Amino acid sequence: MTYRPKLAVFKFASCDGCQLSLLDAEDRLLDVAGAVDIAYFLEATSRVVPGPYDVALVEGSITTPHDAERIREVRRQSKFLMTIGACATAGGIQALRNWADTSEYLKVVYARPEYIRTLATSTAIADHVPVDFELRGCPINHHQLVEVIAALVAGRRPRTPGHSVCLDCKRRGTVCIAVAKGTPCLGPVTQSGCGAICPAYDRGCYGCYGPVGQANVTSLADHYVNAGTSPQQLVPLLRNFNGYAPEFRKESERLAR
Amino acid sequence: MPAAFLEKCQLQTLFDALRGDGYQVVGPTVSQDAIVYDEIRTVDDLPRGWTDVQEPGKYRLERREDDALFGYVVGPHSWKKYLFPPLTTVAAADRTDAGWAMSTPAAAVPRYAFVGVRACELAAIRVQDRVFLEGPYVDPIYKARREATLIVAVNCTQAAATCFCTSMNTGPRCTAGFDLALTELPAGFIVEAGSDRGTALAARLPLREAGEQDLAQADEVRERAVNDIQRRMNTDGIRDLLLGNLEHPRWNELATRCLSCTNCTMVCPTCFCTSVTEVSDLQGDHVERQRHWDSCFNLDFSYMNGGLVRNNVRSRYRQWLTHKLASWIDQFGSSGCVGCGRCITWCPVGIDLTEEVAAIRETAS
Ligand code: SF4
Ligand code: SF4
Ligand code: SF4
Repeated sequence: MTYRPKLAVFKFASCDGCQLSLLDAEDRLLDVAGAVDIAYFLEATSRVVPGPYDVALVEGSITTPHDAERIREVRRQSKFLMTIGACATAGGIQALRNWADTSEYLKVVYARPEYIRTLATSTAIADHVPVDFELRGCPINHHQLVEVIAALVAGRRPRTPGHSVCLDCKRRGTVCIAVAKGTPCLGPVTQSGCGAICPAYDRGCYGCYGPVGQANVTSLADHYVNAGTSPQQLVPLLRNFNGYAPEFRKESERLAR
Repeated sequence: MPAAFLEKCQLQTLFDALRGDGYQVVGPTVSQDAIVYDEIRTVDDLPRGWTDVQEPGKYRLERREDDALFGYVVGPHSWKKYLFPPLTTVAAADRTDAGWAMSTPAAAVPRYAFVGVRACELAAIRVQDRVFLEGPYVDPIYKARREATLIVAVNCTQAAATCFCTSMNTGPRCTAGFDLALTELPAGFIVEAGSDRGTALAARLPLREAGEQDLAQADEVRERAVNDIQRRMNTDGIRDLLLGNLEHPRWNELATRCLSCTNCTMVCPTCFCTSVTEVSDLQGDHVERQRHWDSCFNLDFSYMNGGLVRNNVRSRYRQWLTHKLASWIDQFGSSGCVGCGRCITWCPVGIDLTEEVAAIRETAS
């Protein structure tokens, strides 16, 4: 009998988009369901099997004291913990609060802010517990998710390439919009995963998969600024879904000064 | 065959003859705000009246004042995407009751007619021929595609600011490696044959003899390209220069600018690195071995058992430049650079290898 890992999917501060990516893998969903024993996945089924689990997929970032406790329990219950998506891996778009005054937000949004218990920051899962594998993306790519599950079942290394988005532009024949149109694009410093979708539709890369290994963000930002893009335009570009990833964060803070 | 003349309004007869012979005609066409190579059906698909303006990290299309069909130089694509495709499945395996059944997917070999190949590109194809066909290991995918391809070259009549073929002795004149070569004049084309296949093809075109005046005019427009070229790379002793300066401070300085994004290697018409990976379905019953373009700038590309061999941007840029311009000579008997300038234009931060070589030469040890 092949190994059928007992799988759990946990949600923290997030939009559920990454979990939905799993359900989105329509044509392969039954294969996935056959390959793993789905023990805890509230988005898909109300069946709840208690831990421990072989594999935990963790979506979302840590934004409340309660979640900071809960992730420790998830870690205790899970042999292999994998974060899925930009929120879990880098803090997500909600990490914008890290540059703002959270108590001000609370006053604006909630009628009775005193009932809300929240942290001043949105942080990655790895800031709280050890993480065994990070699957990047906002949202994750369901082909990659299926690949990682296939690798877990087979006991091999997952094939989730770490190269830049540019490599995928070139493989698919997209003309570089940074060079041919002067569009500021984060592709050169962003890890691939999407297959370079945005440049193919005339949009600069938004950095959904976070910084590529050894990303030289400063050189790219300096070049865009010299070519006429204002630092004020680049700061929000860097402070997207992966804005709090160290390499993007460092550069946006430098530009904002 | 002596040089002949084809009226501009008759160029379609060349396309028709090629298509009639079963070729898929590929050539320059305007798409995505650039001149790219793609399938073309008629003369109207060519970039009539367009030109390109190039500089480090910048490319723009502009309107010409005339109706020239080939009035630009090389763009973001190169012919390597046809001869050496970005993704190929080289093998497959299926689990059966009797064990693994291995197979080689039979890929149909396309028959391409390349129209509009420039001198530096002929040289680049020649470089890849040495890599894929002339060493101890012949690449069957490249070989089949290459042998089925017919080449119609075009002589440059202008150059971009990024061109430096004259430094690499690869152009701008097309001298070998083509079936037919065209030189565009306002009224038509001077046609030269470079092979028996080209001579036979020319015999079916409505050509007339080229007059002395036509030939003189062709010389003149080709000379314009030579005079246009401003960029130079001094290649004197370049192998020893680079390999003797592996600790030059310029490599450190380069690492502050280079993004290690892979664009230069992807657009380079001679770069040939690939990775081979096994891709399986969820049950592990069907496995494919895929080969795709990869790059020495990719961090993972230098991963060997236990770690990364080139674990910083400095060592990756140095690997690229020293291979391209120095150790390539030891390996294949020629430089890996043909002076097309693509890596300069398509580098997102405009890093220019000619400038880097000059800087190293200036303070070489
Ligand atoms: S469009 Fe963006 S991602 Fe694509 S090659 Fe250019 S810089 Fe890289
Ligand atoms: S190294 Fe640059 S200039 Fe030389 S052949 Fe490659 S892309 Fe062209
Ligand atoms: S030289 Fe330019 S194109 Fe090449 S890897 Fe460095 S930044 Fe990218």
